[in-house]
Amino acid sequence: MAIRNLSLKDHWQEQRLFVTRILVATVIIVGLTAVLIARLVQLQIFEYERLSELSQGNRLHIEPLAPTRGLIFDRNGLIIAENLPTWQLVAIPEQIDDLEATLAQLEGLGLLEPTARDGLIELVGSHRGFERVTLINLDEERAAKFAVRRHRFPGIDIQEGLVRHYPFGDIAAHAIGYVGSISTADLGVIDRANYAASSHIGKTGIERSYEDALHGRVGFRQQVVNARGRVLLDPATEAADGQGILGGLETRWPTPGNNLVLALDMRVQLAAAEAMKNVRGAVVAMDPSNGDVLALVSQPSFDPNRFSEGLSRADFVALNEDSYRPLFNRALAGRYPPGSTIKPFLGLAGLHNESVGEHDEVFCPGHFSLPGQTHRYRDWRPQGHGNVELHDAIVQSCDVYYYKLAVELGIDRMETFLKRFGFGSVTGLDIAGESIGVVPSREWKRRNFSRSEDQVWFPGETVIAGIGQGFTLVTPIQLAHGVSALAARGERYAARLLIGTENGVNREVFWADPQAIEPINDIDPEHWQVIHEAMKGVTGEPAGSGYRVMSSANYTAAGKTGTAQVYSVAQDAEYDEDEVDESLRDHGLFVAYAPAEDPRIVVAVVVENGGGSSAAVPIARQVLDRFFAAEEYVARQH
Amino acid sequence: MSLGSIDWDRSRSGPLHGPPRFQFSCDTPLLVTLLLVIGLGFIVLYSALGADAGKLMRQGVRFAAAFGAFFVLAQIPPHYLRTWTPWFYTFVLGLLLLVMVNGEIGKGAQRWLNLGFVTMQPSEFMKLAVPMMVAWFMHDRSLPPRLSHLFVMAVIVLVPALMIERQPDLGTALLVVASGGLTILLAGLSVRILAVLGLIGVCAAPLHWVFAMSDYQKARVLTFLNPESDPLGAGYNGIQAKIAIGSGGLFGKGWLNGTQAHLEFLPERSTDFVFAVMAEEFGLLGLLLLLTLYLILVGRGLYIAAQAQDTFTRLLAGTLSLTFFVYVFVNTAMVCGLLPVVGVPLPLVSAGGTSMVTLMAGFGMLAAIGGHRKLLAP
Repeated sequence: MAIRNLSLKDHWQEQRLFVTRILVATVIIVGLTAVLIARLVQLQIFEYERLSELSQGNRLHIEPLAPTRGLIFDRNGLIIAENLPTWQLVAIPEQIDDLEATLAQLEGLGLLEPTARDGLIELVGSHRGFERVTLINLDEERAAKFAVRRHRFPGIDIQEGLVRHYPFGDIAAHAIGYVGSISTADLGVIDRANYAASSHIGKTGIERSYEDALHGRVGFRQQVVNARGRVLLDPATEAADGQGILGGLETRWPTPGNNLVLALDMRVQLAAAEAMKNVRGAVVAMDPSNGDVLALVSQPSFDPNRFSEGLSRADFVALNEDSYRPLFNRALAGRYPPGSTIKPFLGLAGLHNESVGEHDEVFCPGHFSLPGQTHRYRDWRPQGHGNVELHDAIVQSCDVYYYKLAVELGIDRMETFLKRFGFGSVTGLDIAGESIGVVPSREWKRRNFSRSEDQVWFPGETVIAGIGQGFTLVTPIQLAHGVSALAARGERYAARLLIGTENGVNREVFWADPQAIEPINDIDPEHWQVIHEAMKGVTGEPAGSGYRVMSSANYTAAGKTGTAQVYSVAQDAEYDEDEVDESLRDHGLFVAYAPAEDPRIVVAVVVENGGGSSAAVPIARQVLDRFFAAEEYVARQH
Repeated sequence: MSLGSIDWDRSRSGPLHGPPRFQFSCDTPLLVTLLLVIGLGFIVLYSALGADAGKLMRQGVRFAAAFGAFFVLAQIPPHYLRTWTPWFYTFVLGLLLLVMVNGEIGKGAQRWLNLGFVTMQPSEFMKLAVPMMVAWFMHDRSLPPRLSHLFVMAVIVLVPALMIERQPDLGTALLVVASGGLTILLAGLSVRILAVLGLIGVCAAPLHWVFAMSDYQKARVLTFLNPESDPLGAGYNGIQAKIAIGSGGLFGKGWLNGTQAHLEFLPERSTDFVFAVMAEEFGLLGLLLLLTLYLILVGRGLYIAAQAQDTFTRLLAGTLSLTFFVYVFVNTAMVCGLLPVVGVPLPLVSAGGTSMVTLMAGFGMLAAIGGHRKLLAP
């Protein structure tokens, strides 16, 4: 130590060295500070706009606002689908200590079903803590029941909402359809942004076909959220001062959906539904002058309100698997053999193709056989009709006449002619689910049978096609549509339910023009006349198959009865209604239009397993009665 | 603000009148600037703490303790400091050992020592002890240091640094190395040796990566190199800080109006990222004001160092000033994405106790060196 202390320290030298180092350090400090400031200038001046936007995006949450769904009216302005205020029971997950216990207590009050508990726990669990989760819709009484006990349920609240309501319930369910919760399948086809606030979507019928028009456009409201997504201020309830972190919020209100006016006449619809109350089948009523569907009933039906209010899975399965299939739209997709209702069309085909003259007579012994064959094709009247010409063959529904006519025409001409009336194709109705039915032909057989021996067309198949049996299948709406063309002498219109659209914002109504389609304009007017007279005879002549029920009407109707076999009776055996199982009984059909001279309404009725046309005619009568009573009522008012 | 110049009984004190009476000593420019920075820091911190006066009060208590350290150290003549340096260094080294054996674990690292009434981070004291020890070692040796001196100084610096790095606390370890290294540089380390050391450092970095760095440290470096790779995970802090700074613009969103901070998008907003809160609310102009104040502190410190009379005070004052700048730069550069995220608080502004106390203790020693040089002057 002592020696080292003696070594000379050059203070001046050391001071100089140190100061030099300090100066170098200062230069470095200035340099680094310059780099730092350059970076700050870059971020705060040059990238200001971009980063500012990012910061806005951070703080703003866009809450979508659901548009009000459009209303649906019938042609007279009656509301058939509306939105009713409802009370919704909601949960705010983060405020609930014990979800299971809370739900159990709510069940104790009768507000929730115990069976729904697991589903609700899952539903609540799939939301973030601050989000309001709708548990169930409550009626007034149950909402009140909860309201007085609200303090006992932290994290459970009631709020107002809208629920789709169908005041006519099951009366027109298959035409209007229903709305239900948006499914994952729906999510694939919709504009998800537009449905951000919507919980329901049209599932069937008009609700589905015109979903876009009914739904409207989503609105939004900007909210300030923190990093965990909690909303800090709701500008709708508190005034934003336009300053600070809660300022500058924007709101765009949703655009309500359009209201729809349907061709349906609920008076006629109600009469049809009422008449069908105890049977299965379908009724379609149409205006032959424009294709308007005045009534569309499929029985059994269902209450569409159950879907909009929220149907439990078990209830849906029960409805879907009901053996009478209430969800199935028989009017559009039910395929039935037309039976004798096909006869006016084939009679016209015979006249038009000169296969038969108006007054050509056929002797009906009660059965028919093809030349060289022993198989007997029976007439519904075992003792036969004697000598019949076309008029009587329609009025009395002689089968033998039509067996012969079918053989004369041949299956190819039958096919061509029937297709011109819309059989074998959709009617163009503006709701989904139509079946095209079957108009059989050689080609059709070739395509639809796999075994080569089945792909051959047999002459006997032509014979039974003459009375609308065998392969021929039609839907009730096809029948109504075909008869409309018949009634309007070949003028044809696409079937339609929608006739008007009312803009949801400015209330302007747009009335749609009827859509004319390929007319049948090469028929001799006299031939139309023959068929029309014959159909008038069905209801107006004592021998007519519809006379008993229709003759007392105060309007002149024209029609045709039909009976479609579900069950083949063996040769030489008798069909005995009482012996046959109900589900194998004949379908009863009836088509009609009225007034006969100036048709304003066409009705097609199918009664499944009704035992015969006698089940169908009274139903058509009630529908027509109601229609004309309503017309008369209106006429008296003016 | 005449606190710095309180100098009672001056007339009766002096070198010729026996042992000097107690004389309150304090460097006025240093004190005024410190108070300005801390005042500004309180304003920012109040906002960063979510306008919570209670939390600010707690920080106020820490500041009071830190000022206590400042004023006490400002009164101690530097030659006492020099005498105590080896003891202080050994004491802190002992504390570090204690932490390794019996430390509190927080955020995955063993850094804290619970003294019953207060928890503290001994590694923070190393930021002072290491440069003091290096300066003490060089004090009666002639500058520039020889190679053998260099070896001893490397041991003084690296032993505590490695202990801190094992905690693991890479940020503090690097700052300790930086402070010791700066002392050595100021002592006149030759440029040639510096270049060789730099080369060794560059070569050692990959080895360090493979053998010494833990996964979270590697993640931070990788995130720094490519922050967008994991915007919601490791890169989240950096990205949100950048948004906060940039959206502040030239003038800022205004006090208490920083959406990034108040809506909690910005992490660690009262501690390591408080600079971003200031950037968001006070804009570029606010930051320039703060940086100016920091540079005044650094400049004043370097001036004191240049005026200092002996090797120990000269090296200590220079190192304290330069390390202060390093803290400022590392934190701000980290917050604006120029450096990887390392846990370094913004000096004098970030909430937190120990670093505040060591910083103010450092400034206290600076003030002492500045205030006592006249007494030693011929």
